[in-house]
Amino acid sequence: MEPVRHVVGRALPLARADVDTDQIIPSHWLKRLGRTGYAAGLFEAWRRDPGFVMNDARYDGASILLAGANFGSGSSREHAVWALREAGFRAVIAPRFADIFKSNALANGLVPVELAEAIVTRLVDAVRADPATEIAVDVEQRLVTAPGLRAPFALDDHARSRLLAGLDDIAVTLLREADITAYEKKRPEWLPKVR
Amino acid sequence: MGSTLSQKVWERHVVRRAEGEPDLLYVDLHLVHEVTSPQAFEGLRLAKRPLRRPELTLATMDHNVPTNDAAPEEISARQIEAMAQNAREFGIRCFPMGDPDQGIVHVISPQLGLTQPGMTIVCGDSHTSTHGALGALAWGIGTSEIEHVLATQTIWQKRPGAMAVSVNGALPPECSAKDVILGIIARIGTAGGAGTVIEYRGSTIRALSLEGRMTICNMSIEAGARAGIVAPDEVTFAWLAGRPYAPKGPLWELALDEWRALPSDDDARFDREVTIDATTLRPYVTWGTNPAQSVTIDERVPSPDTFGADANREAAARALRYQELRPGTPVREIAVDAVFIGSCTNARLEDLRTASEVVRGRRVKPGLRALVVPGSMRVKADAEREGLDRIFREAGFEWRDAGCSMCLGMNPDVLRPGERCASTSNRNFEGRQGPGGRTHLVSPAVAAATAIAGHFALPSDL
Repeated sequence: MEPVRHVVGRALPLARADVDTDQIIPSHWLKRLGRTGYAAGLFEAWRRDPGFVMNDARYDGASILLAGANFGSGSSREHAVWALREAGFRAVIAPRFADIFKSNALANGLVPVELAEAIVTRLVDAVRADPATEIAVDVEQRLVTAPGLRAPFALDDHARSRLLAGLDDIAVTLLREADITAYEKKRPEWLPKVR
Repeated sequence: MGSTLSQKVWERHVVRRAEGEPDLLYVDLHLVHEVTSPQAFEGLRLAKRPLRRPELTLATMDHNVPTNDAAPEEISARQIEAMAQNAREFGIRCFPMGDPDQGIVHVISPQLGLTQPGMTIVCGDSHTSTHGALGALAWGIGTSEIEHVLATQTIWQKRPGAMAVSVNGALPPECSAKDVILGIIARIGTAGGAGTVIEYRGSTIRALSLEGRMTICNMSIEAGARAGIVAPDEVTFAWLAGRPYAPKGPLWELALDEWRALPSDDDARFDREVTIDATTLRPYVTWGTNPAQSVTIDERVPSPDTFGADANREAAARALRYQELRPGTPVREIAVDAVFIGSCTNARLEDLRTASEVVRGRRVKPGLRALVVPGSMRVKADAEREGLDRIFREAGFEWRDAGCSMCLGMNPDVLRPGERCASTSNRNFEGRQGPGGRTHLVSPAVAAATAIAGHFALPSDL
C-alpha cells in the first residue's frame, strides 16, 4: 500500500444515507479474480439515471466523496473500496461509516473521514454551489480544510500511522510471531481442527 | 465489575496488547468461500508466504454456485475452480460443489460442530455474525484481512462496545425468530448497533431453538453491529453433542466446564441496553430498501411525511419510488411475482419444516415463481428424509441444491427488473436479488403463505 499523507481535490456530493456496498458495486462484479477492473461497476445502477450526480460533468475528476451516514453498510466486499480507488477517490467524508467498510478502506489507503453531519452538509452545500471547491484532507494533522472551514476529524493513532507509512500489515504482524507461537501453545486441546 | 460474554471471549484470544494499538487477536476458525478469497490467496503467492494454520481453515463454495443441474456460468466456474485450486495448493479442507457437506458457509460450520462456544471465527462475509448463536465471537472481514488471517492466524481489532438487547415474553402465534430480529432492527435502526457486539438476552431468546438464535445473530450486521452473540446454555450443548467436530469423551467434559463459565456476569456493564416486549411483536414485512424500513403485516405502507428528519423522509420517498409502492396500501394487498425461501438467515431444517407445514396440500398461486434453496446439502438430505421436498414440489415450488442463490443474485437465480419478491433472506437493498428487482424481507411462514395467496399473507389467512 502506498503512503497517504494528504488528499487534496474536488469532491462529489453524493449526500445519501445508508449507501450499502451492493450500490457501490453490485454483486455480479464480484466474480472477478483480481483487485482491478471494478471502476466501471461503481454505482452501476444509479449511473443509469442521467440525473445521478456522478453523471454531472462538473464533478469529473473528483477525488473526495461526500456521503451520508452509515456509508458502506451491508456486505463485507472489499471490491467496494477497490472500485472507489480505481475511479479516482482517495478519501470519503461521511458522518459515519459501517465498520467493515472502514477497515477495508484503511487497508487500501482510502481515507475514511468521519465529520459531524452539519459539517458534511456544509461541505456538500459548498461543493454544490461551486463544483471547483477544493477540499483538503490532511492525514497527519487529522484536519479537513475547505474555503472558510477547518474541521478536525478523529482517526486513531494506529490507523493514522498505517496510512502515513503505507504499511504492509502482515509484515508488521509477522514481527510478533513469537507472541503468536506462545499463544498457540496455550490453546485448549478440545478446540476443533478441520481435517 | 464483571465481564460480558463477548468481553470474556475477546480476552481469551488476545495475543498482544500494547498502548496505542488495537489488540492482536487469535482466530480459532477461518471460513473461506470462493468470492472474497481469490485476491487474498494471490497475495500470499506474490509474497511467497505460507498459510499459517491450514487445519484452522475451512473452505466451501456457496455464493455463485448454480442450485439446479445447470453448469456454472463461465465466469463463476473460474472462481469455483480457483477456490478448489487454492485449497489444494495451500492444503485446506474444501467442501466443493457436489460434496455432501457443501453448503452456505454459515450453515455448514455449525452443522459440522466446528462452531463452538467461546471461539473466535472470521470469514470474508458479513453474515459471519450467525455463529454468535452458539456463543462464539464471529464477524465478517474484508479480503485484505482474509490474507492477513491466512498468513498469521491473527487479526488486529479495536475493542468493540457491548450492547444488550433483551427480549422477554412469549412470542405471539405466527411470529418467529425472523420477526424478532426485524422488530429489533425496526426499533434500533440500521446503525443501532454500530461499533458494538450485540448480546441477545432474555426469556424469548432462551426459549428459541439454536436455529432461531442463528437467524437473529445472522442479521446483527443489518443493525450495524460488528457481531451478535447469545450465551451458550443447555440448548447449545444438546445441539452440539455428537456432531462430527464437537469434542468427545473427557474433552467434552473439559469444554463444558469452560463453556458454562462464558455467560455475562451479573454485574457486567453494557454500554447500551434495549428491552423488547416479545408479546407485542407481529410478523414483519419490509417495505423499503433497507432492513429497518419495515411494518407489521397488519399495517399499511407508510407515508414519507411520517418520518421526522429530512434525511429519513427523503430516504423513505426514494425507497417507495424504487419499490413502486403507494403510501397507505395495506401490506396484505401487495402482490408478489416470486418467493424465495433460502439464505444463511432462514434455510435450515427448522425453517423448511415451518414453510412446508404451510404449503402442505396447497398450490402456489399460478404465475408465481417459488424457490426453496436449502442452506446445505445436509439440510437438503435431512429434509428429503422427512419428505419435505415432496410437499414443496407438489405445491409447485422448485426444490434446489444448496447455495446463496437468490439472496444476492450471483448465480442465475435472479429477479427480473421490476419483479417483486417475498424473501426469507437478510437484505432488501436496491437490486440485491437482481438489477431492478424489489425485495421484501419476511419469515419462512409468511413467505410460504404469500406463495400460496399471491400477496403478503399469514398462514392463518389461507
